[in-house]
Amino acid sequence: MPMAASATEPMPFLKGLEAAPAAGGGPAWLAAARAEALARFREAGVPTPKVESWKYTNLARLARTAFAPALAIDGGAQAIPAGRGLALPGAARLVSVNGRFRPDLSDLATLPAGVEVEGLAAHLAHAPEGLAGELGRLVGLAGRPFAALNAALWQDGLVLRVAPGATIETPLHLISIGVAGGEPSLFHPRLLVRVGKGASATLVESHVSLGGEPCFANEVSEVTLAEGAVFHHYRLIDEAPESYHIGTSGMSIGRDAHYDSFAFTVGGRLVRSEVHLRLDGPGSDAHVNGAYLVGGESHVDNTGLIEHVAPHASSRQTFKGVLFGRARGVFQGKILVRRDAQKTDGYQLHQALLLSPGAEVDAKPELEIYADDVKCSHGATTGALDADALFYLMSRGIAEAEAWRMLTEAFVKEVIEEVKIDSVAEAFRDVLVGRLAAIEAGDGGRREGP
Amino acid sequence: MALLEIRSLHVAVEGREILKGIDLDVDKGEVHAIMGPNGSGKSTLSYVVAGHPGYEVTSGSIRYSGTDLLEIEADERARKGIFLAFQYPVEIPGVTSSTFLRHAVNAVRKERGAPELDPIEFVRFMREKLKLLNITEELMKRPVNVGFSGGEKKRNEVLQMALLEPRLAFLDETDSGLDIDALRVVADGVNALRSPERAMVLVTHYQRMLNYVVPDRVHVLAHGKIVRSGGKELALELEEKGYADALAAA
Ligand SMILES: Nc1ncnc2c1ncn2[C@@H]1O[C@H](COP(=O)(O)OP(=O)(O)O)[C@@H](O)[C@H]1O
Ligand SMILES: [Mg+2]
Repeated sequence: MPMAASATEPMPFLKGLEAAPAAGGGPAWLAAARAEALARFREAGVPTPKVESWKYTNLARLARTAFAPALAIDGGAQAIPAGRGLALPGAARLVSVNGRFRPDLSDLATLPAGVEVEGLAAHLAHAPEGLAGELGRLVGLAGRPFAALNAALWQDGLVLRVAPGATIETPLHLISIGVAGGEPSLFHPRLLVRVGKGASATLVESHVSLGGEPCFANEVSEVTLAEGAVFHHYRLIDEAPESYHIGTSGMSIGRDAHYDSFAFTVGGRLVRSEVHLRLDGPGSDAHVNGAYLVGGESHVDNTGLIEHVAPHASSRQTFKGVLFGRARGVFQGKILVRRDAQKTDGYQLHQALLLSPGAEVDAKPELEIYADDVKCSHGATTGALDADALFYLMSRGIAEAEAWRMLTEAFVKEVIEEVKIDSVAEAFRDVLVGRLAAIEAGDGGRREGP
Repeated sequence: MALLEIRSLHVAVEGREILKGIDLDVDKGEVHAIMGPNGSGKSTLSYVVAGHPGYEVTSGSIRYSGTDLLEIEADERARKGIFLAFQYPVEIPGVTSSTFLRHAVNAVRKERGAPELDPIEFVRFMREKLKLLNITEELMKRPVNVGFSGGEKKRNEVLQMALLEPRLAFLDETDSGLDIDALRVVADGVNALRSPERAMVLVTHYQRMLNYVVPDRVHVLAHGKIVRSGGKELALELEEKGYADALAAA
């Protein structure tokens, strides 16, 4: 039996971490931040289910895997797996491989005016002090060992700036690819977004990994919306069946700004998406939506904290989950309303469909309210497909498997419809339909029947 | 041999016996009416013929066109030509009516060896039937039965019958909750589908539908049994005397 990780032992999951210094180079402030982050990670270790926020997500298997740092891959376009990720022909493509931004594979020449995109390492090389107050500001390291590990070890990332007043119609499509070498590989993508005053833009992310040895994408994102900004932020997480993805993101939404997001998880051995969104400006508004559709042994954890800091702000969260095989879903959603956040309007809904007896879900919605004049509601449902609807379809000659597919598609589509950019909504629908067809065809025997 | 042959059928729901020995023959070209007070088991009988998995046949048999119906599931029964117009049509959020109907029509066509219809061919086919039932094309763009009025739901059931062209149709209280104009539309739709090759069973609590769709045979169902059978005049007798007297006379 492998030993369990604990705070005092070196992490078995990270090959040679004891010896590895925090990634070197860069300005002094960064070196200090990296050293501190590494110390934090060493102190905390890989969380066990005894840690409250990891109660439902067991990392024992991840901790047993000896990950090596993922290598830089020089190859060309062959690194992008065909048919993976969202199909967005009209978007400007930005490619990252093993956490390194790849200008050579990206559509930088045709970027619309008002958008600046740069690799994080390249940015620091020419402006070493510029990010000193910004990098890490929205993702605190206390209680977040994986964010600390990322902060200590990231190699590169993407810096995205949208100029004040710019209206960017062309969606930007970040394709983040994990490629393991001959052994399990770990990398730490980093994303830093700032949308200027009154600007609007759309960022779509496709996270994929190639099969073979497991990849572990340990990602950190930070998004800042200035006054009146509008940002559409959509994500597809389609990792290989044995791969891991832990994403930690922080958002700060300014006065009258609007943040609209949807994240769809369709693959991975274990995927955790942890969001901490702060409504910092009065009149701000956030949609934090998501869906997941997984089978086999997949485990998908969506953990979110929506923090209402300013008054007159509203937040809406709608999550839809579909689990089959022996998959497991976790939803932990908390709405925190600070004392000054009067007239808050908060809404949260998690609905899960369990399509086989081996599937399970844990949902923990939470409200914590310190203001007295607020409107907050939340709900959670878990169940099987509606038997009456299934019978109605079958009574019209539709075979059970097709009836099952139609109803499941309808269930997930409801939240995809909320994606405001038509071409992106269409691409998500295609993923949904393709995935359901594969399941219906018995791909990998992941469905055990409804 | 009749198209549908039901023999001493006993059915239980959650361990309670609802149908207590039904015998019924319906042949092609015939229209039968099954009448009876609320709770007598009319919907149960309709569901069992359609293949609802929630009803347990404890004994007896149902044969359709020579095959044992109890051996096959609801979808296969439908593809073989059995149709049920639901008393309470089910709402299906997120599934567009026309998409649903096209899937259903193609499933049935495939079974019959007819070519499947693509979306454009299907819309053309559907348009004729929509006219017949006074349903707008707009309604077909909405999710199945969601936000439909009571009358729209009933007309939608008859529309589905018209599209699927069944050989045996049970219409469970398709007349209830309709005003006189809507009742006419539904009755005209049903009459248009009467054919020497098709059998229909009108399940109803009231006689008024039978003024428009005149049955060949009328059966009275009470407490899970058919207690009387007769010609169309039996419906009028029930209307006059009420179920209590008609049952007392049985
Ligand atoms: N799904 C069910 N669960 C429990 N009881 C049922 C169910 N369906 C029917 N019943 C019972 O069976 C009896 C007959 O019901 P039903 O067939 O709906 O009668 P009808 O259509 O003649 O009004 C009633 O007592 C009803 O309560
Ligand atoms: Mg009834």
